[in-house]
Amino acid sequence: MSKSFEEYWKKNLTLIGVLLAIWAFVSYGLGIFLVQPLNNFWIAGFPLGFWFAQQGSIYVFVILILVYCVIMNKLDRDYDVDEQ
Amino acid sequence: MSILVWTYIMVILSFGLYIFIAWRSRVKETKGFYVAGSSVPPLANGMATAADWMSAASFISMAGLVSFMGYAGTVYLMGWTGGYVLLALLLAPYLRKFGKFTVPDFVGDRYYSSTARIVALICAIFVSLTYVAGQMRGAGIVFSRFLEVEVSTGVVIGMAVVFFYAALGGMKGITWTQVAQYCVLIVAFILAAAAISYKLTGMPVPQLGFGSTLIEGERAGQYVLQAIDGIHEDLGLHRYTEAFHPGGMGMLSVVSITLALMVGTAGLPHVIIRFFTVPSVKAARISAFWALLFIALLYTTAPTVAGFARYNMIDTINDTPYTEAPSWFKNWEQTGLVAWVDKAGDGIIRFRDGDPFIGPPNLTGERGEHGERLVSNELTDNDNELYIDRDIIVLASPEMGNLPAWMVGLVAAGGLAAALSTASGLLIVIASSISHDLYYRILNPQATERQRMAVGRIMIAIAVLIAGYFGINPPGFVAEVVAFAFGLAASSFFPIIILGIFTTWVNREGAIAGMIAGISFTMMYIIQTKFMGMDPWFFGIVPEGIGTVGMLINAAVTLTVSSFTKSPPAHIRELVQNVRTPRGSGEASGH
Repeated sequence: MSKSFEEYWKKNLTLIGVLLAIWAFVSYGLGIFLVQPLNNFWIAGFPLGFWFAQQGSIYVFVILILVYCVIMNKLDRDYDVDEQ
Repeated sequence: MSILVWTYIMVILSFGLYIFIAWRSRVKETKGFYVAGSSVPPLANGMATAADWMSAASFISMAGLVSFMGYAGTVYLMGWTGGYVLLALLLAPYLRKFGKFTVPDFVGDRYYSSTARIVALICAIFVSLTYVAGQMRGAGIVFSRFLEVEVSTGVVIGMAVVFFYAALGGMKGITWTQVAQYCVLIVAFILAAAAISYKLTGMPVPQLGFGSTLIEGERAGQYVLQAIDGIHEDLGLHRYTEAFHPGGMGMLSVVSITLALMVGTAGLPHVIIRFFTVPSVKAARISAFWALLFIALLYTTAPTVAGFARYNMIDTINDTPYTEAPSWFKNWEQTGLVAWVDKAGDGIIRFRDGDPFIGPPNLTGERGEHGERLVSNELTDNDNELYIDRDIIVLASPEMGNLPAWMVGLVAAGGLAAALSTASGLLIVIASSISHDLYYRILNPQATERQRMAVGRIMIAIAVLIAGYFGINPPGFVAEVVAFAFGLAASSFFPIIILGIFTTWVNREGAIAGMIAGISFTMMYIIQTKFMGMDPWFFGIVPEGIGTVGMLINAAVTLTVSSFTKSPPAHIRELVQNVRTPRGSGEASGH
């Protein structure tokens, strides 16, 4: 197994780790654990915790997948493992 | 034209479209039959995945549940979307690179074991059968309410349509009909929501209208959620947006159910199988994005429908004399899905918390003093007088908002599209599990293409008949078995697929022990708490959330057993290295 492959895989794992940390923070952190304190703030007609739980987290999920696609496609090309 | 005529037009047009597409995409080979020839463009796969995923429950029931649960409805909204992040980052690209037909294929090959393959295929069949019965039932309910036929006639029509395009076109036919079904269901759902949002707030985009101010009524000028919370407080209820209120779901339940649904989503075979149908790893990644985007359109709209319906219901019904109740109320009362008991004896409808009586309404066929349909149920001692079935919130929303008749018909067609698209995706999983994993990979590896296609089509016919039977004679525990489906998917497939990709050393012994431990614990817990009346003994975790624990047990057992037993052979370690990079993905092959 080549060095560049190991590097590629490590970068992939780091990226997955960062994105899943955001995923967990927004859904479980803001949408569940912190929902009560956040609900004291009303922004644009929504209590903030409720908004994250029923709207915001879903938008963030969509963005996370898009970011993953874009970065991985670049990584595939950089390490010459993309499909031709 | 009347609502009934419009509904017939919408349903017949949409069914005609599905059948036309199915005829155009009929197939002759197993590759087309199981994975649509691995040639589905990512955007189309995203739509098909979204339609596959969003069932009668998402379209018909979810907004209603959220409407009654308030904040706690979040478990469905986040739980049924968050799993796609796991799917996109941890499963889809690697499974596509692996390039076979089914989930048991991966489990059987990665863990070099027919036993693992059989355990996986039993789980796949059980999960899918559980699910498909609910879809047929959903289709039957839409037929009976909107087309005024018997539920059983509705189920039979649904069965015939699904069988036609699933048997003819296999995965290819299903994929392209699902694309059409997605368009029908999303247009119906969003148009209805937009019209209601516009009526209440003057803002047609429901996601924004939900955060806008009301333009009419006593509470004009207040934010929608402020008004709903205020109404709840006036009635002495907890606020709609309040989390973890006494008597509701606690934080542990919300976390465990959300996680079990997320992980269960990522482990459901009919969802995973969709990523085998795209041409490349890159396409698998981006089609997960399209899928979640298309799902998010409905899932961010549903909580707005829930909120608007909550406001409308209380505003137009509560403290209104029965004789002045709006017409949608009386239409749905005819179906027995709405009922009113005059506990106070003053002819005025009171809508409070709790059930007005025990069990679903048992109509006596007689009319009361004010013209209401009487029920013979035993009354509860709270002061709520109103029974509203949660399933009608979406279906009745066009009528609640006084929308034109054609839109009511469109919503009916949308509900059918949601039920049929999910049913067909599940049928192909059942058919492929038996005809590919069991018949071809285990029983008769010498089978010809013709034989395999024939077995596939026969299995679809059998699965349709079983699903139809349960649709017409639903077991009393349909709601309970959903906990089963997600719990089993979470505690069986998810951990061992992830470990199979992200470690090279997890082995056959570990995977089999892990799957069996995870499934046994989850099944035992659900049976004990749902059917035998035991209290949730594991830290008070409700059965809907126990898949989370089953998943952790599976992973722990798999890792422990693997570290004490012989590591996998060299060719398996190579296989794992190989699925980690996209190059050389090629087409799926059955051999």
